[in-house]
Amino acid sequence: MSTITDIQNEIVAEFEILGDDRESTIFYIMELGGNLEPYPEDFRKEEYIIKGCQSTVWLLAEEKEGKIHFQADSNTDITKGLISLLIRVLNQRSPKEILEADLDFIPRIGMGNILGSQRSNGLVAMMNQMKRYALAFQTKQNT
Amino acid sequence: MPIDVNLIRNQFPLLHQEVNGNPLIYFDNAATTQKPKMVLDAMRRYYEVDNSNIHRGAHTLADRATQHFEDTRESIRAFLGARESAEIIFTRGTTEGINLVAKTFGSTFIKKGDEIIISTLEHHSNIVPWQMLCEQNGAVLRVIPITDTGELILEEFEKLLSSKTKLVSLVHASNALGTINPVKRIIDAAHAVGAKVLLDGAQSTSHLEIDVLKLNCDFLVFSAHKLYGPTGLGVLYGKRELLEAMPPFLGGGEMIQDVTFEKTTYANLPFKFEAGTPSIAEVIAFKPALDFITSTGKTTIHQHEHALLQYTVELLQDVKGVIPVGTATEKIAVFSFNIQSMHPFDVGQLLDARGIAVRTGHHCTQPLMRRLGLEGTVRASFAVYNTLAEVEVFAEAVAKIAKLKNK
Repeated sequence: MSTITDIQNEIVAEFEILGDDRESTIFYIMELGGNLEPYPEDFRKEEYIIKGCQSTVWLLAEEKEGKIHFQADSNTDITKGLISLLIRVLNQRSPKEILEADLDFIPRIGMGNILGSQRSNGLVAMMNQMKRYALAFQTKQNT
Repeated sequence: MPIDVNLIRNQFPLLHQEVNGNPLIYFDNAATTQKPKMVLDAMRRYYEVDNSNIHRGAHTLADRATQHFEDTRESIRAFLGARESAEIIFTRGTTEGINLVAKTFGSTFIKKGDEIIISTLEHHSNIVPWQMLCEQNGAVLRVIPITDTGELILEEFEKLLSSKTKLVSLVHASNALGTINPVKRIIDAAHAVGAKVLLDGAQSTSHLEIDVLKLNCDFLVFSAHKLYGPTGLGVLYGKRELLEAMPPFLGGGEMIQDVTFEKTTYANLPFKFEAGTPSIAEVIAFKPALDFITSTGKTTIHQHEHALLQYTVELLQDVKGVIPVGTATEKIAVFSFNIQSMHPFDVGQLLDARGIAVRTGHHCTQPLMRRLGLEGTVRASFAVYNTLAEVEVFAEAVAKIAKLKNK
């Protein structure tokens, strides 16, 4: 399995191909959302929501054999695409790997420039939530 | 006479720029309009030449600044057709104007069990101040329902009216849908039961002819920044007898006649409601904005904007997946819509990539969005400097986005 760093480099390379064409980049991000596995309806509840100003995200984390499995959904396609990137990087990894991960692909692909600060901050909020899940599972493993 | 849009555009420096590699198309005019050069010049000139505090200074600069400041008040009076400039109160904006009336007129003349009528179309700033008042004094808030096209159901309004109704506070033109309400009829009906009427003119004053005497509204509020003027400045028009009977809003400098530690007597109108140093530069720079509107002509502006709206509807009405929201017969130049299976935020972001600025979301009208069963809309709103060519680029961009999910 590729490392977190490898996958981040892959993502950065993919976005480099798109270049400065903002519209194509957004279309591409929207398409990425299609890669998400269907979100289980039983978990579409208030406690799984990360609320942004205009978009809503549901994020579910489950631990199996020491690895965390993330599932997520959003009411907007762009946000879905962004979460799919985070999941691609962090899915099926140990809490330790997730907590130690230096996630720098967001600034490296210039997400703030492409989508503005609102979306970019939202992406950081999702990343932080994933790290909090990792911390919770790590604490559980250690007790 | 049709207007020369290029001549008008030349007066707005901000419009001449590229955004994300495309010429800027600014269609967020219901949020705020851009400023013509004469407004920017007036602001700069004030700080460079006349800056001083007004009404009290015993020197030439203060005198000049005061003169210019009061000239704007007189311009607004003429703009609204009010009787006297003492009926023109400067506020920080529409929101403050409504709060002022709620806190002063409301707390004095509206009692427990009295009723305030608003409509489903209201902006939050014409809902929340009344809810706060009702919580304080036990008055009751009533809401005029709307049709699916976004028009008030007047028969229902008439049913709500009674001797308990003390105030009807109504939006003149809806910011989210563009609906122009039949306010004259509503004002007359409200007066017939002895209620007063406040008109929220935030969206209407820049597009429609307003004559407060003909309308016979008791209060009218609006914001300068939606009429090509500076931000942070609003206007409250009120009939003299009401303003006289209302207690002051804020206490402090400028609003007093005489202060002792035992008792303060208040200044005359309009100063009674203008505590503290006002936004002098903004007030002074608002006059050239009004001059711009008046010299262009409200009818001409309305016709031009209406042509832009008509053209937008024409280009997009048969595009698969484009759902117009708010299709009232009488509308200001606001085109609210959704794209089937897409979130408005995503649509806005894709338009932004093409340099097109629109508003997305609930437009501070959550109860209206709930009534329509929507999370939000995408809103394109036009101003006098927008062009038919811009509408074409916009419509083409919207059609391209709609095609993504609606093949």
